[in-house]
Amino acid sequence: MAALDPRAGEETLTIYERSVAGRRAFTAPALDVPDVPMEEILPASALRTRPAELPEVSEPEIVRHFNGLSKKNFDLDTGFYPLGSCTMKYNPKLHERVAALPGHARLHPLQDPEYAQGALELMWNLQEALAEIAGLPHVSLQPSAGSHGELAGLLLTRAYHEGRGEQRHKVLTPDTAHGTNPATVTMAGYEVVKVGTDEHGGVDIADLREKATDDIACLMLTNPNTLGLFDRNIEEIAAIVHGAGATLYYDGANLNAVMGISRPGDMGFDIVHYNLHKTFTQPHGGGGPGAGPIAVSDRIEPYLPRPQVVRVAREGEGDAHAGNGRAGERPRFGLEHDRPRSIGRLRGFQGNFGVFVRSYAYICSLGGDGLRETSETAVLNANYLRARLAEPGVAEYLPIAFDRLCMHEFVLSGRGARDKLGIRTLDIAKRMLDHGVHPPTVYFPLLVEEALMIEPTETEPRERLDHFAGVVRSILEEAGEDPEIARNAPYTTPVRRLDEAGAAKRPVVRQPSADGGGGAEQNPGDPRRAAENPAGATGAI
Amino acid sequence: MSRYTSATDADTRAMLDAIGVGSLNDLFAEIPDGVRLKRPLDLPDGRPEQEVFEHLSELAARNRHADEEVTFLGAGMYDHYVPAIVDSITLRSEFLTPYTPYQPEISQGGLQVMFEFQTAISELTGLPVSNASVYEGPSAVAAAGYLARNQTGRGKLVVSRGMHPHSRETLATHAVGYGMGTAEAGLTPEGATDLDTLASLVDEDTAAVFVQQPNFLGTVEELGALGEAAKRTGALFVVAADPLALGILKPPGEFGADICVGEGQTLGNRLDFGGPSFGFFAADERFIRKMPGRIAGQTRDMDGKRGFVLTLQTREQHIRREKATHNICTSQALNALAGVIYLSWLGKRGLVELGQLMAKRTHYARAVLGLDAINPGPVVREFAVRVPDLDGLLTRARAEGINPGYPLRDTYPEYGDGLLVAITERRTRADIDRLAALTAPLREEVAA
Repeated sequence: MAALDPRAGEETLTIYERSVAGRRAFTAPALDVPDVPMEEILPASALRTRPAELPEVSEPEIVRHFNGLSKKNFDLDTGFYPLGSCTMKYNPKLHERVAALPGHARLHPLQDPEYAQGALELMWNLQEALAEIAGLPHVSLQPSAGSHGELAGLLLTRAYHEGRGEQRHKVLTPDTAHGTNPATVTMAGYEVVKVGTDEHGGVDIADLREKATDDIACLMLTNPNTLGLFDRNIEEIAAIVHGAGATLYYDGANLNAVMGISRPGDMGFDIVHYNLHKTFTQPHGGGGPGAGPIAVSDRIEPYLPRPQVVRVAREGEGDAHAGNGRAGERPRFGLEHDRPRSIGRLRGFQGNFGVFVRSYAYICSLGGDGLRETSETAVLNANYLRARLAEPGVAEYLPIAFDRLCMHEFVLSGRGARDKLGIRTLDIAKRMLDHGVHPPTVYFPLLVEEALMIEPTETEPRERLDHFAGVVRSILEEAGEDPEIARNAPYTTPVRRLDEAGAAKRPVVRQPSADGGGGAEQNPGDPRRAAENPAGATGAI
Repeated sequence: MSRYTSATDADTRAMLDAIGVGSLNDLFAEIPDGVRLKRPLDLPDGRPEQEVFEHLSELAARNRHADEEVTFLGAGMYDHYVPAIVDSITLRSEFLTPYTPYQPEISQGGLQVMFEFQTAISELTGLPVSNASVYEGPSAVAAAGYLARNQTGRGKLVVSRGMHPHSRETLATHAVGYGMGTAEAGLTPEGATDLDTLASLVDEDTAAVFVQQPNFLGTVEELGALGEAAKRTGALFVVAADPLALGILKPPGEFGADICVGEGQTLGNRLDFGGPSFGFFAADERFIRKMPGRIAGQTRDMDGKRGFVLTLQTREQHIRREKATHNICTSQALNALAGVIYLSWLGKRGLVELGQLMAKRTHYARAVLGLDAINPGPVVREFAVRVPDLDGLLTRARAEGINPGYPLRDTYPEYGDGLLVAITERRTRADIDRLAALTAPLREEVAA
């Protein structure tokens, strides 16, 4: 990681610590209206008496500050980032250009739809494409992230059951599920019931049969699942769930494996969320923004959030949802608010439109064939890397959790390295940092001991996969000679292992203010023991 | 081969050999025949970059954006000037392309930005603890409802009608999930939250009371009295605030707010037809372990060097699963970065200067338009007026390249002739005078 942080030896300063009274970057426009005293505009009780302690820094120093910070980040444009379940694929630069067009970036969300036809048409086209990819007819783009899509899905499920006069109280989630699934279940007012995993890594059918009672509202499933395995019993699972009168929810975190190959709608799913920031190239931005649109079947459609983008009939036309308008005329698009059975709004305005622009550009670039090739190559890359890591010198330390063909990702267990070499998965991950690659997701899924979850994505060439396999091998070889090296890694990063336990015990979550609030004491603790939590365990953001 | 993949036929052959299968199709042998798609996806063919650019440009050209008209449209998102440094820094791949900072040793930049962001939000809101952001404003409001439910175990949320309609709707949608009802406190004839109604709605089962500052009509609310009424039975007092207006308004924390949330678009983010932006979530210290979302904390590395980590993760879904404080795992990190760059650019004095400029122009605009004010009390960036011939004004203004504001009739039928007019630093006196010229005939009507 020598490329990171050329000023690694320098003291770390925050923007507040760079502040010098009297400096500034902003020049206010001249006051061109009468200078009424603030006391005449606002009552004294509403006026701020002490200015917010924002930094006072000149523009060049602001730029240097944030550029300096950027150099302490590893990023996808710099190197391999096989973070399982996160689909760290290349983010095309074209997308930033088209998202920044003023017609997109400077469009007010409450602009009269007559003057936002391009935006609404883009959203409509994206909805249509996503519906085709999922094999479900109706799409709402509104949810802001995967977990938000999950919540939408369970609120839709609740509305659907209540619409049939039923009250159900439980939701099934596999024990391999992303943490967002059970967290969402609670937020939607349901109780979690866990379903086990069978010896092939799929849903335990006997367990599912037993638990699929008439009090079950929904089964939330990821397929391929978080082990990277396609559940061969999906048709039977769907039959059991539907037989119990429940809905089947598809967590789309792993959709990158099956585009154009197999569609959730055809598998029997009623509700699907997409992660536009995973499958459809929205840059992750260090944690967001993303978007989590949902697609649903006909029976769920009446409950979709409002507003919904619709194609509007012109005068003299019949069906509001069909036809392209009169020959030579463009269809018109609108926002439908009047949806009496809708679960309501999930957020402000129409969703993360800037994300839609990027994902739509991606789909336009690739087309149907390109999306299929994307999934084929993602699965090819994952299986190739799986094969490379199954070679002697690696496999005895990092055995694969389930020895099958995988889809877009696979899970290794670090139990061999722990038992034979005395190093933990965490140590392997930290040593990877010194080799300039991002570690896989670690300690997830929870049912695999010392898990490493590896998703290379389709945008990596074979050489990068070979290099990563070489890195893993060399770390294991090195640990065979001296395990202390990995245990104390990393060495070449801007900071070394951090004291996470101390940070949580005595939280310092803001710069201490001038009046002494929020102390910046050193937190005690040994960072080597501190970091043992499923950091890197992901959910669908 | 698509332009974003690298596997040549020779690569593919060699890789399949290494895997030990004969063809790409064999890799999907685990997928049962019954759920395979046996036709190509019915989507248009892929296109060269140039054609995609042209197609997207053509779509964009059919939107009338904020540089193509003089816009007084606000109602939750505002046409502020975003400085060039926001673009240049947020486009750096080191900020644009990483994931959530799960490996802190190689994510110090992003983590420190979160820490600096949290500090700025704490300063603006007057509350000691902030998270690293949530999706956007209305869902931050809903997240406050969930915290209140978990904190108090009570079943009712009291919401001012002065809250943004999207916030009220979003809160109601989410509240169904966590089994709560909402009750709405109406507005006075002057467009402020009706204190007596609100007080009468607050009972022993009230988990939280929600008001907005300034409210949707632009009225600066009397937070002191509202907060007292809210907290009488132990309910949490939640204020949704415009963070930019907090440069001149007394922070909600100083009025005893337990939680302050809001929409961050006004801090250096694009309009983007409504998103992405960020929501912020700040609270009193006693809620630090009940907050939703990511929080960055300061610590030391094993050599004693200062560093930052994601902290208090035992609140979160990836560890606590069904017992998590929220299901969110997003922070709108890139949008929050834009926010903290913007606030650094404005600086301690600039934030105040900008707030005062907006307030003075707003004061001027309301006077010069000369229309009947729906909310005649104090306003700082937006106000509502009654327009005798609203449709006529909208049509005439459009013809002159002016967007006069947000008609209230869709979301506030009680103000059928109401227009919400927003002022930013981009709306000069000349712009305001142009709008006033259009309303001049209406003023005579009002006078007659």
